Amino acid sequence: MSDAKPNWPTELYDLLRANGVTQFAYVPDAGHKVLIDRSLADPEVHSIPLTTEEEGVAMVAGADLGGAKAVLLMQSSGVGNCINMLSLTQGCRFPFLTLVSMRGEFGEGNPWQFPMGQAVEPVLKAMGVIVLRAEQPSDVITCVSAALTMAFQCRQQVAVLLTQRLIGAKKF
Amino acid sequence: MAKLNKLQSASLPDAVLDRRQAVPALIENPDDFLMVAGLAGTAWELSALTQESPRLFGLGGAMGAAPMMGLGLALAQPKKRVLVCTGDGELLMNVGALATIALQNPPNLTIICVDNGHYGETGNQDSHTGLGVRLDVIAAGCGFPVVHVINTEADMAEGRRLVREGGGLAFILLRVKEGPATHEGKKNLVPHIERDRFKAALLG
Repeated sequence: MSDAKPNWPTELYDLLRANGVTQFAYVPDAGHKVLIDRSLADPEVHSIPLTTEEEGVAMVAGADLGGAKAVLLMQSSGVGNCINMLSLTQGCRFPFLTLVSMRGEFGEGNPWQFPMGQAVEPVLKAMGVIVLRAEQPSDVITCVSAALTMAFQCRQQVAVLLTQRLIGAKKF
Repeated sequence: MAKLNKLQSASLPDAVLDRRQAVPALIENPDDFLMVAGLAGTAWELSALTQESPRLFGLGGAMGAAPMMGLGLALAQPKKRVLVCTGDGELLMNVGALATIALQNPPNLTIICVDNGHYGETGNQDSHTGLGVRLDVIAAGCGFPVVHVINTEADMAEGRRLVREGGGLAFILLRVKEGPATHEGKKNLVPHIERDRFKAALLG
């Protein structure tokens, strides 16, 4: 990783806003710091810290009922907290977009992160969520643009994984 | 034998109201609201109360979803009144949602918890509230600006006023006896059809 801050988080926030996302729900994670900070500074959106990620799944559904677009930002460990609530998303065919910052994979230094990190893709797929992986900075806007179309135009449930190769492994 | 004892701190009187009368008496005119109802009892009774209005989204699963669906809806539709009606078990499953909702403080959202102190759908086991856990105290501690407990008919008028006039985020704990909810054979809509008809009624 170079010392220069990558541009993709800023571009990503602008992309979500340009596509009409107005509700940002999250359990904080370092990988989403820029998005969270931008949402807190943006008077045109709702920035919604959650106590657990499954709250966000239900909130995204409620936003859709009211005609708004929401995104759920979480770490890979939070995916496990969402599983049954994804029956709501799947059964009602709510548009669903989540951005997952990954742990427990490429270069992970904390052994506690592996079980859930490695289970993210199979459990999301088991609940009908389409998974896209962003492995390098140039993938991020491409993947999230694709996911926005799939979710909000075609009512799919889509997760974009911001992989550990992209965001860098936390040092221990 | 393992036995669950009522908390020594339990301080609310025994419930006396019958939900079959109390819920319609509290809500009065459901046409004033966009509504989300939690699974089982509250979904059935609101479905009966509204004659399956498309302005009601009733959950048949996804236990714990109702309050947060109400938040997303209330933030998306700030000019409409949003009413969440759910049971104690459903609310307890995601009780942290009360903290999340209080931080957002949407003035157009009212949450009614129809608290019968039991898991009525699964064999009527005691719920945590039935053993003395105080959801009203939790809501107040989360920062809900208005919290009102309805123990008896005497508490109903203030509850009705809060539901009717709104004027801020409110949590109303409607304490009812064990016993069935009004169930008029809700058609158990296919979930995605329920979503579609709610949106069509609201947004055209």
